[in-house]
Amino acid sequence: MTEPVLETRDLCKSFGALTASDAISLTLNEGEIHALIGPNGAGKSTLIRQIAGELTPDRGSILFLGQDVTRLGVVARARMGLGRTFQISALAMDFTVLQNVVLGALGARGEVFRFWRPVLKDKALRATALEALERVGLVEQAAMRTAEISHGQRRQLEVAVALTLRPRAFLMDEPMAGLGAGGSRRLTGFLDGLRAQAPILLVEHDMDAVFALADRISVLDYGRLIATGTVEHIRAHPEVRRAYLGDEALP
Amino acid sequence: MQRETVLNAVIALALLAVPLWAWGADQPYVITLATKVAILALAGVGLNLVLGLGGLVSLGHAAFFGIGGYAMGILASHAQSYTPILTAPFVIEGSKSMPVIWLVAMMAGALAAFVIGLLSLRTTGAYFIMVTLAFGQMFYYFAISWPAYGGEDGLSIYVRNGFAGLNTLDPIQFFAISYGLLGLGLLLSSRLAHAPFGMALSGARQNSARVQSVGIDVFRVRLVAFTLSGAITGLAGALYGDLNRFVSPTMLSWQTSGEIMVFVILGGVGRLFGPVVGAALFILLEQVLGGLSEYWHIYLGALLLLVVLFARGGLIGILAGREVAHD
Repeated sequence: MTEPVLETRDLCKSFGALTASDAISLTLNEGEIHALIGPNGAGKSTLIRQIAGELTPDRGSILFLGQDVTRLGVVARARMGLGRTFQISALAMDFTVLQNVVLGALGARGEVFRFWRPVLKDKALRATALEALERVGLVEQAAMRTAEISHGQRRQLEVAVALTLRPRAFLMDEPMAGLGAGGSRRLTGFLDGLRAQAPILLVEHDMDAVFALADRISVLDYGRLIATGTVEHIRAHPEVRRAYLGDEALP
Repeated sequence: MQRETVLNAVIALALLAVPLWAWGADQPYVITLATKVAILALAGVGLNLVLGLGGLVSLGHAAFFGIGGYAMGILASHAQSYTPILTAPFVIEGSKSMPVIWLVAMMAGALAAFVIGLLSLRTTGAYFIMVTLAFGQMFYYFAISWPAYGGEDGLSIYVRNGFAGLNTLDPIQFFAISYGLLGLGLLLSSRLAHAPFGMALSGARQNSARVQSVGIDVFRVRLVAFTLSGAITGLAGALYGDLNRFVSPTMLSWQTSGEIMVFVILGGVGRLFGPVVGAALFILLEQVLGGLSEYWHIYLGALLLLVVLFARGGLIGILAGREVAHD
């Protein structure tokens, strides 16, 4: 078996008496969507933030592309190819839609300390940016201010920015949050095709999307990983049903 | 053409026309006022880079302004007394040449900004304001208690420094120099705002998590911006010292930091010509209201309050509307 793209080993993180991550070990393999579910406060976001590099774990390690990245910061991990989307859209609101994706393309290329030539006249950056917008279906909104587009479009833009990084793995924190049924279905279809490009670690509350997309599901409860397995395995798992899904019939 | 571009051109021409008129009408005092506007505007251009584009509220820019001023004062005072600044391990002579002085002032301002930035840019918000203020005050008290260069009394130079081919004591010629440097500062800051660096800096103001997550080191971007800002404000300080032929610790005081910030806010935070309009308005108010009452700052305060409450884009914002996203 090839080694996983992303791996956490015995990751522990506490805030005072609260254990947010309790020896979490999980892997993300090439070509898969690995969904991370769990009730509110189960520690999903804390885990994502540790993987992204925003939080330093108390113990344990994180491996990305076979390299120990536990001590690396957000910037270094992004440069290695970790493409992240945020739970609450983190976009430059005064920028146009195009500027946001160009910023991503600029970050990926890494020539930030240029002081003279206008960045939007850079053909290569523009091409990368427009290609990403086209893939998520936002080309027509390119010239609009980000503050003026709809919530759903901002979610799409988040994904587009991540695409410009040409990441080796995606880290998506509730990309469907606040999307209507139509938007959710569209994004589900899009993510479905995205896994061939790079694997996705997906935190999501929308269970329809999770069951439709995930190759594997991990369930977090009180900072502990209580189960990892295929959709069928998780649906049938008694502890999961009790902790999270409730005992009523599952979809 | 965009409305703001037209407005900027009008402002640039007005700042040129007033002293030219005064030159013809033999009103050297008006030329000196216009020169003061150009120099203070340049200091504001430096601050606007970090405050407007970067969203970093620095209350320590007087340090760079004063350091630029003292760089001029120290070099010039050594040159006029024919004593080298340093004899061992190697000799450093003073200088009366403006380009040399500008270069030293910019390097000194940049170095101070780099060190202060290195320590202060790890903090944000109110802490950042306090740390920059504290560093500014350190330089102020240092200058006061440093007798070698005048201490509290400041440092006078007898003759304005020289610039090859020009008579710098002629007000209109010194104005031309200041105006030219302001123009260069504005050109740099307008190019920079649309360049990759400006995009990263502005993006970090709007959402630093976003910029970090695309692999751009926000701290480094801000540090470079802060250093550049210190260099520009330092250059303005050297010119200001030359204008008055005098530097004193007042240039380093926190009131000076506040005044530079007032220029930027009055004119329009983050607007290219904001500092120019702000500095012009400030000098105008000082002349008009200062003639009416010693306490003219009360009116300035009221005006500032109105701008902050009702016109966030400052005077430029009122005249040109909200900033349009560039494409």
